[in-house]
Amino acid sequence: MHIVVCTKHTPDSEAKMSVDGAGNVSWGESPLIINPWDEYAVEEALQLRDKHGGTVTIISMGPEAALEALKHAIAMGCNEAIRIWNDACAGSDTLATSYVLAKAIEKMGDVDLVLFGKSAIDAETWQTGSAVAHRLGYPGLMYVIKIAELDPNAKSITVERLLEEGRQVVSAPLPAVVGTTKGINEPRYTSFIGIRKAAKMQYPLWTLADVGAEADKVGAPGSGVRWPRIFMPPAREGEAEIIKAETVEEAARILVEKLLAEKVV
Amino acid sequence: MSNDIFVWVEQFKGQSAAASWEAIGAARRMADELGGHVTACIFGGPGVEPLAQQAISYGADTVLLAEDATLADFRVEPYTALLARAVREAGPAVVLIGATFRGRELGPALAVELDTGCIADCTALEFKDGQLTATRPIYAGKLLSNCIIPERRPQVFTTRTRAFPKPEPDAARSGQVTRVEPVLAEDVIHTKVTGFRETVGGVSLTDASIIVSGGRGVGGPEGFEPIRALAQTLGAAMGASRAAVDAGWIPYEHQVGQTGKTVSPDLYVAVGISGAIQHQAGMRTSKVIVAINKDPEAPIFKLAHYGIVGDLFKAVPALTAALKEKLE
Repeated sequence: MHIVVCTKHTPDSEAKMSVDGAGNVSWGESPLIINPWDEYAVEEALQLRDKHGGTVTIISMGPEAALEALKHAIAMGCNEAIRIWNDACAGSDTLATSYVLAKAIEKMGDVDLVLFGKSAIDAETWQTGSAVAHRLGYPGLMYVIKIAELDPNAKSITVERLLEEGRQVVSAPLPAVVGTTKGINEPRYTSFIGIRKAAKMQYPLWTLADVGAEADKVGAPGSGVRWPRIFMPPAREGEAEIIKAETVEEAARILVEKLLAEKVV
Repeated sequence: MSNDIFVWVEQFKGQSAAASWEAIGAARRMADELGGHVTACIFGGPGVEPLAQQAISYGADTVLLAEDATLADFRVEPYTALLARAVREAGPAVVLIGATFRGRELGPALAVELDTGCIADCTALEFKDGQLTATRPIYAGKLLSNCIIPERRPQVFTTRTRAFPKPEPDAARSGQVTRVEPVLAEDVIHTKVTGFRETVGGVSLTDASIIVSGGRGVGGPEGFEPIRALAQTLGAAMGASRAAVDAGWIPYEHQVGQTGKTVSPDLYVAVGISGAIQHQAGMRTSKVIVAINKDPEAPIFKLAHYGIVGDLFKAVPALTAALKEKLE
């Protein structure tokens, strides 16, 4: 089995975000980390590899900072890592990003399964996995909370995926694209040996030419979406009104009156 | 160029998703501003026809209706193929899709198929300098972004559930319903749906107008009992913080926050939840937030509108009793 996991780097989820007048986003002193959702995809890939044999390749379209994500995945136990980048890739939306990732996966040729995290915690579009599946013509199975069955010989997969009303059980042939969600596994911590391996590892860089991507289909020219303005949300005015009363029963009654006045109950 | 708007109407077993009617409401307002038509696209198995008149009553001018066994369960392949063909034939300027699980899978696939942009999870849509401009939260709502699709058409948007008001239905409205056939036959569709396990006994979190959530402070699975009682009294959905889910007290499906669901109810009651930034990311846009916590310094009180500082095991049953007194 050849499993490819797509990842990206993001600011830490604790980061205090800010934006300046020119629209430059800053995350202060917070570190860049592997997108936390992607750890579920990496963990699932490693478990499938250990069960069925094969290799796991972690890939990312991104500038040098993307190495943070690749290194973490290697330290978790992925076999190979590839970074894909040209400066022309900057400003890509999910239309353009999915094009580059699909081109890279096509170049590998022998891929059985492509895994994604549910979304990235920066832009939170949730879109890249589904877009890559459509580009590759592979079945796309998003929000997967359980891989119920995977048969590399029969080239089939059955998953349970989360929808609003419950879990949909879906079967599809391989190769397929699977978007994982929290609850599918418990991602492992990186080991000392893993971190050492990640530090020594070579991280090949594939350019657009390497993956056969056309420059006018990436970056801003290849994107449908632009984001001309990023800004801080308006701060909520005032502090909470703390209900004070002699007894908790009285406080509860006062609160109910407030909620009735707000017309929310 | 047309000023027409397509809206994909999501349904499960013939029941529409609230996000779809909200999207029709948003489409109606934009179409009235531009002088365009609103077309509802309804796909499903045999028996979804009643949704067509509902879509019209909520504001659609026309309906494209496909009833076929291949469309009975939502699958992104046949749905994308059919919606893309309909868009190519009619050439709308805008496609709106509710930002549900299904919608957020369909939107990007449709955008790739049509080589256009899809702006995800919009909380506002307005015309600015002649551009249809979306507002969407990024970095867990710590920042907001204005997004546009300046050149490509159609412009595809997924609209966050409960971010747009649900229109009042008008049964007197009428419109034309056109039947369409699916594009893909069953034998060319890769995915096969072999089952569905519905979540039992619960209101869907993302659709709920009231949510009562429990966190670390509830202390264990049995600590959710008073929360469940309060939720039942309010007709509310039950949520949880990551701490409670990670402790195994309640299934992941209930988690609200950055690694759970994003919700925007009229009333959010946070019980025993300290209010880490990751939890706030999932519920900060709630209209009224109530916090019940024994720690007066808990960050949730910075976000909440009303708070009770005290023992949740006394305050929550007292609140349930006070509500029963008033509501019954």
